[in-house]
Amino acid sequence: MTTSERLLQANALARTRQSKFAARNRLNKIALTLSLAAMAFGVFWLLWILFETVRLGVGGLALSIFTEMTPPPNEMGGIANAIFGSFVMVTLATFVGTPIGVMAGIYLAEYDVKGWLASVTRFVNDILLSAPSIVIGLFVYAVVVARFKSFSGLAGALALALIVIPVVIRTTENMLQLVPPALREAAYALGTPKWKVILSITLRAARAGVVTGVLLAVARIAGETAPLLFTALNNQFWTSSITEPMASLPVTIFKFAMSPYENWQQLAWAGVFLITAAVLALNILARVLTRNKL
Amino acid sequence: MEAPYIALKRPGRGAAYIERMLMKRTFQIAAAGLVAAAFVQAPAFAQEVTGAGASFPAPLYAKWASDFHKATGIKINYQSVGSGAGLKQIEAKTVDFGASDAPLKDEDLQAKGLVQFPTVIGGVIPVVNIQGIKPGELKLNGQVLGDIYLGKITRWNDPAIKAINGSLNLPDAAIAPVRRADGSGTSFLFTNYLSKVNTEWKSKVGEGTAVNWPTGAGGKGNEGVAAFVGRLPNSIGYVEYAYVKQNKMTYALLENSAGKFVSPDDVAFKAAAAGADWSKTFHQVLTDQPGDQSWPITGATFILLHKVQDKPAQAAAVFKFFDWAYTNGDKTAGDLDYVPMPATVKDAVAKLWGDIKDASGKEVAYK
Amino acid sequence: MSSTPLAGAPSPEHHVSSTFPASATALDLAAERGRARTAAPPPVRSGRSGPMADRLFGWAAKGAALLTLALLIGILISLLAGAWPAIAKYGLGFLTSSVWDPVQDEYGGLVMIYGTLATSAIALLIAVPVSFGIALFLTELSPAWLKRPLGIAIELLAAVPSIVYGMWGLLVFGPILATYVQQPLQSLFDGVPYLGALVSGPPVGIGILSAGIILAIMIIPFIAAVTRDVFEVTPPLLKESAYGLGATTWEVVSKVVLPYTKAGVIGGIMLGLGRALGETMAITFMIGNMNQLNSLSLFEAANSITSALANEFAEAGAGLHQAALMYLGLVLFFITFVVLTLSKLLLAQLKKGEGTKS
Repeated sequence: MTTSERLLQANALARTRQSKFAARNRLNKIALTLSLAAMAFGVFWLLWILFETVRLGVGGLALSIFTEMTPPPNEMGGIANAIFGSFVMVTLATFVGTPIGVMAGIYLAEYDVKGWLASVTRFVNDILLSAPSIVIGLFVYAVVVARFKSFSGLAGALALALIVIPVVIRTTENMLQLVPPALREAAYALGTPKWKVILSITLRAARAGVVTGVLLAVARIAGETAPLLFTALNNQFWTSSITEPMASLPVTIFKFAMSPYENWQQLAWAGVFLITAAVLALNILARVLTRNKL
Repeated sequence: MEAPYIALKRPGRGAAYIERMLMKRTFQIAAAGLVAAAFVQAPAFAQEVTGAGASFPAPLYAKWASDFHKATGIKINYQSVGSGAGLKQIEAKTVDFGASDAPLKDEDLQAKGLVQFPTVIGGVIPVVNIQGIKPGELKLNGQVLGDIYLGKITRWNDPAIKAINGSLNLPDAAIAPVRRADGSGTSFLFTNYLSKVNTEWKSKVGEGTAVNWPTGAGGKGNEGVAAFVGRLPNSIGYVEYAYVKQNKMTYALLENSAGKFVSPDDVAFKAAAAGADWSKTFHQVLTDQPGDQSWPITGATFILLHKVQDKPAQAAAVFKFFDWAYTNGDKTAGDLDYVPMPATVKDAVAKLWGDIKDASGKEVAYK
Repeated sequence: MSSTPLAGAPSPEHHVSSTFPASATALDLAAERGRARTAAPPPVRSGRSGPMADRLFGWAAKGAALLTLALLIGILISLLAGAWPAIAKYGLGFLTSSVWDPVQDEYGGLVMIYGTLATSAIALLIAVPVSFGIALFLTELSPAWLKRPLGIAIELLAAVPSIVYGMWGLLVFGPILATYVQQPLQSLFDGVPYLGALVSGPPVGIGILSAGIILAIMIIPFIAAVTRDVFEVTPPLLKESAYGLGATTWEVVSKVVLPYTKAGVIGGIMLGLGRALGETMAITFMIGNMNQLNSLSLFEAANSITSALANEFAEAGAGLHQAALMYLGLVLFFITFVVLTLSKLLLAQLKKGEGTKS
C-alpha cells in the first residue's frame, strides 16, 4: 500500500470511529434525557396527588377531628373513633404479626438456609405477599366472623396481621442475610449458644433493617380498606372493645368521601390527609433509623 | 484489635444507654396497656346493637341512631353495605338486624325464619348530566328508559327521546349509562319498574338486586353512581332521592301509569304509597302505582329480624330504637326527604313485634 | 452488673499468655491493660443456658415458618371449599365463559380475568421503563445533594393509601384523561382498522386504560426503589472498568449494571406485578365494573377479579354466586403462582447464560 492509500484508509477509519462514537453519544444523550423525563414524570404524579390531598384535607383539619365522633349527615363532628380504631387495630396487628414474621425470617436465614422447607416457605411467602388483601379479608371473615357470629375489631386486626407477616418475613430474611458471617462466627467462637447469637448479635446488627421492614408493613396496613370491610365493618360510635365492630380511618374515608354530604366529604379528606401524613412520617422514621447504624 | 471487654467501654454505654432502655420499657408498658385497654369490654349499660343493609335509608338511620344515642345511651350501629349484604348478614346472624329495599316474599320469609317491617318510603330518580339541560326539563318514560339501559338507544338525539321531549335541545352525543355495581335494593326497585313497563327488559334482564346489566358502568353505592353521573358528560343514572337533593343533580321527569309526567318529591312518593294495602302483608313493591301524582319508582325500605331471637336483649333494643323512631323520628325523616309510614302501618308493625319470641317462647319486651 | 465496665475481664490467675506466641499480641496487651486498671475479680457467671433453650428457639423459629405455610394452605383450602360448587358445575369452562348473570345464576370468569391481566399488563408496560429511567437518573445522573430528596419523593408515592388513588383517579384524573387524551385519540384514530377499534368505546375516563395508568403510578415506587437499590450495590469497580474502556453512561448501565443486577431488577418487577394483580380499592373506582366483554377497546369499562370480589361478595347469596366469586379468588392465586414461577425460571435461565459470549 502506498503512503497516500494508507493515509486515506486511516482517515476513513478515523471518520468511521467518529461517526460511531457520535451515534453512541447520541444514544447516550437520548437515554439520559428519557431518564430525566421519567424522573420528572414520577415526581409530577406525586406532587399532583399530594397537592390535591393537602388542598382538600387541610381545610377540614381542626381539633374537633380528634375529639368528636363520626356524625350523621349534615352535622358537625370529627373522626376520633375512626382514628382510635385504626390505631388499636394497626398496633394489635403489628404486635401479633411482627414476632411471627421475625421468627420465620430467622428460620429462613439462620436455620434452614438451603433446605426444602425454606425454599417452599420462601415461595409461599412471595405468594402471600402478592395476595390481594380482599382475599385475606374473606378468609378471616370465614374463619372468625362467621364462626363467632360477630364483626369485631379483633377480626380486623387479625386480617391486618396476615398482611404484616409476609412483609416482615421478607425484610427480616434479607437483612439477616446481609450480616457478615464473620460476626456470627466470632460469637460462636466465644461459645455463645445459637439462640443467643441470633438474638443478641445477628438480629442486633440487622435491627435497623428489620425495624424498617416493620415500619413499611405498618405503613401498608394503615391504608388498607378491603380487609377491614368484611371483618371490622365500621362503627358510628366510640368503642373500646375489640369484640365489637370498630371504626377505622380507611373504611370511614371510603364511606364518607363518596357520599353527597359536604361535612362527610370534608371529614373524609381530612382523614386522608392524616393517614398520608402518618405514613409519610413512618417512612421518614424508617429512613432515619437505617442511617444511624451503630 | 481491642479485647472484647475493652470494647464495652465505649461512649454511649452509660447514661444514654439507660435512657434508651427507659424509653424502650416505657414504650412497651404503654403498648401493653393500650392493648389491654382494647380488650376491656364496654360496660353493660352502653349497649351496642349492630345492623347492616341498604344504603338507601343509611343517612336517615345514622341520624336517628345519633339522636337515639343522645336520648337513651344505646348505640345503634348501622352500616350501609347493600341490601343483598344485609340479608346475607342477618341470615348468618352476624348482625342484630338487617335492612333491605327489596322485600322478601312471604314464603321466603317463612323459609329463612325472618320477619320484615317497613320503616320509611323513598323514591329512585333517574338523573342525567347533559350540557344545557336543567333539573326537571328532560322527560322520560319506561320504554325509553329501559331501551337506554338495554343499549338499544345509544344517542341523546335519538328520535324516541325527541318524541317525548318536543322542543328540548338534545345533543348528538353517546349516552353513558351508569348503574349499580353492588347488589342494591335501589337497583331492585329500578329493575322491577323497568320489568313492569318494558317487556323486552323483562324477558332479557329481569329484576333483582344484581342483574346482568347489558350495558353501563357500575358505581359503588348510591354515592358511586352519583359521583359518576356528576363527572361523566352525557351520562344517565338512578339514585335515591336524598342524593339528588343533596348533590343538586339534574333529575328527569317520568311518565307514570296515569300518563302524566311527574316531578319527584315527597308528595309524589306519598301518592304512590297511598294505594298500598299493608294490612295483609308487608311485602309491598310500590313501583308503577296508579294515581295522577304518583312517582313511578317508589319503594319502602324494610328491616329484617329473626322470628326466634337468640339474643332477646339485642332484639329489645332494636324494637326500642324503631319504636322511638316511629314516635319521634318523622320530622327528621321529612328533613332528609323520606316519607314516614302512616300510623296504621306503625300499629301493625308494633303488633308484629309482639310475635317475636326468644328461644324459650317468651315474648321480647321492649317497653 | 458490676460498676466497672471491665466486669468481664479475666482474673489475674488466668492471664492469657506469657510464653506463646513469642511476640505480645494485641490481645495480651489489652488484657494487661485491663488487669492493670481493675482490682476486683469479676463476678461468677451462672452456667450457660443448656441445649434446651437452643432447641426451643429452633422449634419456635421452625414453627413460625410452618405457620406461614399453614396460613397459605388455610387460605387456599377455605377458598377451595367455598368455590367447590362452582368448580363442580363449570370446571375449567369457567375461565372461558364471559356470561355473568346473577339473576339466571350463570357465571363465567373471562371478563374479570381479562380485566386483571389487561390492567396489570398496561401498568407494567408503563411502570417498568419509567422506573428504570428513575433508577438510572438517581444512580448516574443526579447530583449528590438531590439523590436523597428525590429518592424519598419517589417512595412517598408508595405511602399514599390506595383508596386515595381511587378517589383521586375518579374525581380528578379521569375527567382530565377523558378530555385531553381519550377524546383526541379517538378522533385521531377514527376509521383506522386496528387502532381505531383499540380506542373505541365511551371516552369517559374510566375503563381499562385509566385503571392501568393509575396502577402504573402505584407500582412505580416499588419497582423504582428496588431497581435503584440494586443499581447502587453494583461494585464500582465493574462500572469504572467499563468507563475506563470508553463506554458511555448508557452503555455502562445497559451492558454492565443491568446484567449484573438482573436478579434484583426482576425481583422488583415481580413485586410491582404482585401489587398490581392484588390491588383492590383503586381499581374498583376506575375500572367501571362492567361484566361484559363487548370489545377489546382500552377505553371500555371492564371488571377485574379483585373489583368483582369487593363489589359483589358482601351480598352474594350463599350458593353459586358466592362460589363463583371464590373460584375467581382461586384463579387469582393461580395467576400469582404462575407469574412467580415464570420469574424464577427466567432468573435461572438468565443465570445460566452468565459468563457466556453475548
